[in-house]
Amino acid sequence: MIKYVDEFRRHDLAQKLSAAIKKESDPQRQYNLMEFCGGHTHAIFRYGVQDLMPENVKFVHGPGCPVCVLPIGRIDNAIQLTQQHDVILCTYGDLMRVPASGRKSLLKVKAEGSDVRMVYSTQDALKIARENPAKEVVFFAIGFETTTPPTAVAIKQAQKEGLKNFSVFCNHVLTPAAIQNILESPEVREMSSVVIDGFFGPSHVSSIIGSQPYEFFAEEFQKPVVIAGFEPLDVMQSALMLIRQINNGQHEVENEYTRVVSREGNQKAQALVAEVMELRRNFEWRGLGMVPYSALQIKQSYADFDAEKRFDVPQIHASDIKGCECPRILRGVKKPTDCKLFGTVCTPENPMGSCMVSSEGACAAYWSYGRFRQTNNSSVEAKPVKSEPVKSDPEEMTSAELTHDELKGTTSCQ
Amino acid sequence: MPINMKRFPVRLNLRDGTVDMTHGSGGHAMAQLIEELFFKHLDNDLLRQANDQAAFDVPAGRMVMSTDGHVISPLFFPGGDIGSLSVHGTVNDVAMSGAKPLYLSAGFILEEGFSLSELERIVISMSEAAEKAGVPVVTGDTKVVEKGKGDGIFITTTGVGVVPDGVNISGNRAEPGDTILVSGTMGDHGVAIMSSRENLEFETTIQSDSAALHTLIADMVAAVPDIHCLRDPTRGGLATTLNELAQQSDVGMKLYETMIPVNSAVSAACELLGLDPLYVANEGKLICICKQQDSEKLLKIMQAHPLGKDAAIVGEVIEDDNGFVQMETSFGGSRVVDWLAGEQLPRIC
Repeated sequence: MIKYVDEFRRHDLAQKLSAAIKKESDPQRQYNLMEFCGGHTHAIFRYGVQDLMPENVKFVHGPGCPVCVLPIGRIDNAIQLTQQHDVILCTYGDLMRVPASGRKSLLKVKAEGSDVRMVYSTQDALKIARENPAKEVVFFAIGFETTTPPTAVAIKQAQKEGLKNFSVFCNHVLTPAAIQNILESPEVREMSSVVIDGFFGPSHVSSIIGSQPYEFFAEEFQKPVVIAGFEPLDVMQSALMLIRQINNGQHEVENEYTRVVSREGNQKAQALVAEVMELRRNFEWRGLGMVPYSALQIKQSYADFDAEKRFDVPQIHASDIKGCECPRILRGVKKPTDCKLFGTVCTPENPMGSCMVSSEGACAAYWSYGRFRQTNNSSVEAKPVKSEPVKSDPEEMTSAELTHDELKGTTSCQ
Repeated sequence: MPINMKRFPVRLNLRDGTVDMTHGSGGHAMAQLIEELFFKHLDNDLLRQANDQAAFDVPAGRMVMSTDGHVISPLFFPGGDIGSLSVHGTVNDVAMSGAKPLYLSAGFILEEGFSLSELERIVISMSEAAEKAGVPVVTGDTKVVEKGKGDGIFITTTGVGVVPDGVNISGNRAEPGDTILVSGTMGDHGVAIMSSRENLEFETTIQSDSAALHTLIADMVAAVPDIHCLRDPTRGGLATTLNELAQQSDVGMKLYETMIPVNSAVSAACELLGLDPLYVANEGKLICICKQQDSEKLLKIMQAHPLGKDAAIVGEVIEDDNGFVQMETSFGGSRVVDWLAGEQLPRIC
C-alpha cells in the first residue's frame, strides 16, 4: 500500500513554500526554469503549481517525455514490423496513439488486424513470447535511463531461458546528451531567443545515473541544476533552490531528491545496462534532430535479441506534420499555444503531434489541465477551501522552506 | 420400459456442458435452455407467459426507457459479475430520471463453447440482483454466435419506469449557483476490474461498488422533488460525466479536490497505475446537482441511506461560456478537469 504520497502534496506546506519563493525571488528579474522531465510537466499542471508561483517565475517545458521525442520514423518501423514480418508487437500504452506517417498509428493498424499488444512491463512481453512460441514477439522499448534496466533484464532473461522468438526494438535514449544538445542549440547559446536560467534535473532517471553526470554542463554552461522529485512539493522546493543559486550567481548541481537519488546512482543497474547495451553513434530525436551518442543499442553479444538485426528495419526519415510545432515546443522555444494546430485540429482525441499524445507532453498538459488560463474567463477565482491563511510573520517565512530532513526518510513510491 | 414422456428427457448439462449453435437456433435445444436455465432462475408470471413480448398494465404518468449493453472483461470480478452489473446498470439509468424502475428485458449473445455452468452462475446473479431491486426481467432473447465471434457472453438489458408527478430531472437543468454532490467514493469499480485483469493482477481488497441506486434516489426525490440533475458516473468517471452535464446545461463547474471522497486503496492503486480516480468508472454511485439551499438536506438524506453513507458536496455550478469543469487542487492550485481522452480502461462495463 502506498504511503507518504499525500505528504508531498500538502496544501499548508505549499503555501509556505509559495511565500518563501515570492520573498526570495527578485521582482526586477525573470526566472525561466526548464523542467526536463515530462513527469515534472505533468505535476506542475495537475496540481496547478504555476498558480503558487510569482508572475516572474516561469516553467519552460523540456523534451523529457520519451513518447514525445521518438521520431515518426521509428513508429513507422514498428508498424512495418507488424505488417511485413507478422510479429506480435508489445508496447507501452501511450505509444499506441502516437501518429505515424500516412495518418497511421499502432492503434489503427491494430484495428486493421496487426497483432499489437499493450503491456505494462517487459515481463508481460516475455510471457507473451513464452505463450506464443510459433510467433515472433518484439518488445517496443522506449524511455530514458529509468526504463532501460528492465529492458536489459528482459534480454538477459530471454537468453537464459533460451527464448528464440523474443527480441527488442531498442529506442532507449539518454538524458544528459539531450540537455547538452538543448544548451548548445543556437537558440539558447547565441541567439538567446530562449533564456533558460536553470534546470530541474530528472528524478527517476537520476535514481539510476546519479547526480554526477549533470556536473559537467552545470559547469560548462554555467546553469544551475537541481535534481527534483516528481511530487509538487518537490518541484516547489527545487524552484526555491534554483532561485537561490541564480540570485547568488551559482551554477551547481544540487539534489533535492535525496530520498532516492545519490551522486553515483544505482551502480548495479548501470552495470546491467552496460553489459547488454552500448552507445549508438547517432540517434534522431524529435525536436532535436540527430544527436550524437544520445541513445543505446543492443550489443553484438546479444544480437539474437535485437529486432533491428533480426528483421529488416530501414532508417526512415519521416517529416513532421506541416504546421506542427512539436520540435520547437520540445526545445522550449515555443509554447503549445504558439502552435496553430493546438486545440484546432490537434487535441488529445485527435493528436497531430507527439506532445499532444502522452499525458506528459507539454501540449496535452496545457490542453487537459491548463487551457482555462488562455480564456478571458478570469472571473473564476480559486476560492481557498480548508486552508490556513498564509502566515504574514517574516520570522515564520524565513524558516518556511522545507528542510531536507522534512522530505527525507520517506519513500518515493511512484 | 416405459417411454420417458418428459419434454426434455435429458436434462441440460449445467456442470460441464457448453453452449453450442443449437442453443440459438430456435429449436428444441433453445427451448430447453430457456426452460431449464432462464425461466428457472428469473422466474416470474410475465416471463412465464412465454410470449415474444411481455404484456403489462402501465400506471398513468411519464414513462422512461433506457438500454445498456454489457461487455465487461473479466466476467466475474470482486463485488459482482456481468449478470448483476447488467441489472444494476439499467436500473440506474432508468432511476437517474427520478423514475421508479418497473421491468427489465435481457438480450443474451452467447459465444459457442461458453460454459453452461458459468452461464448459470451469471443468470443466478442476475436473478438475485433483480429480486433485490424488485425489478423483474419480464422478457428476453438468446442468440449464439460461432466460436471466436464473441467473447463468452454479452448482455443487453432494457428497462422501463415511471416518473412521479412534479419531478423533472434532466442533464440540461444545472444552473449557476447550484451545488454538486456525489453519493460516495469515486473509482471503486474501475480499480476492482483492473485488479482482476489477466495481465495486471494485483492484490487489493477493493470491491466493485456495483449496486442498484433507485431506492436511494426515491428517498432523495421524496425529500427534494426539484433535483436538477442526476447521473451515474460510469465510464469516464466523475470527470467525464460532469463535462457532459456542463455541456448539456451550458454552464461551468468548480470542484474542490479535498472534498471528493476517494477510498485510500483506490487512490494508491491509481498512483501505481498512473490513473486519475476522477476518470475511473463507478457502477453504484451518482452525481446530484441541486439548488444550493436544498443541498444540506439532500446530503443528510443521502448519508442516511446505506448506498450514500459517504456522500459529499464536491463543488458548485458556475457561469462559464467555455463550459470548463475546473478544480481547485488539494495542493492549492487550479486546473481543468477535462473529458477523458482515448480509452483509459477498455471494457469496464
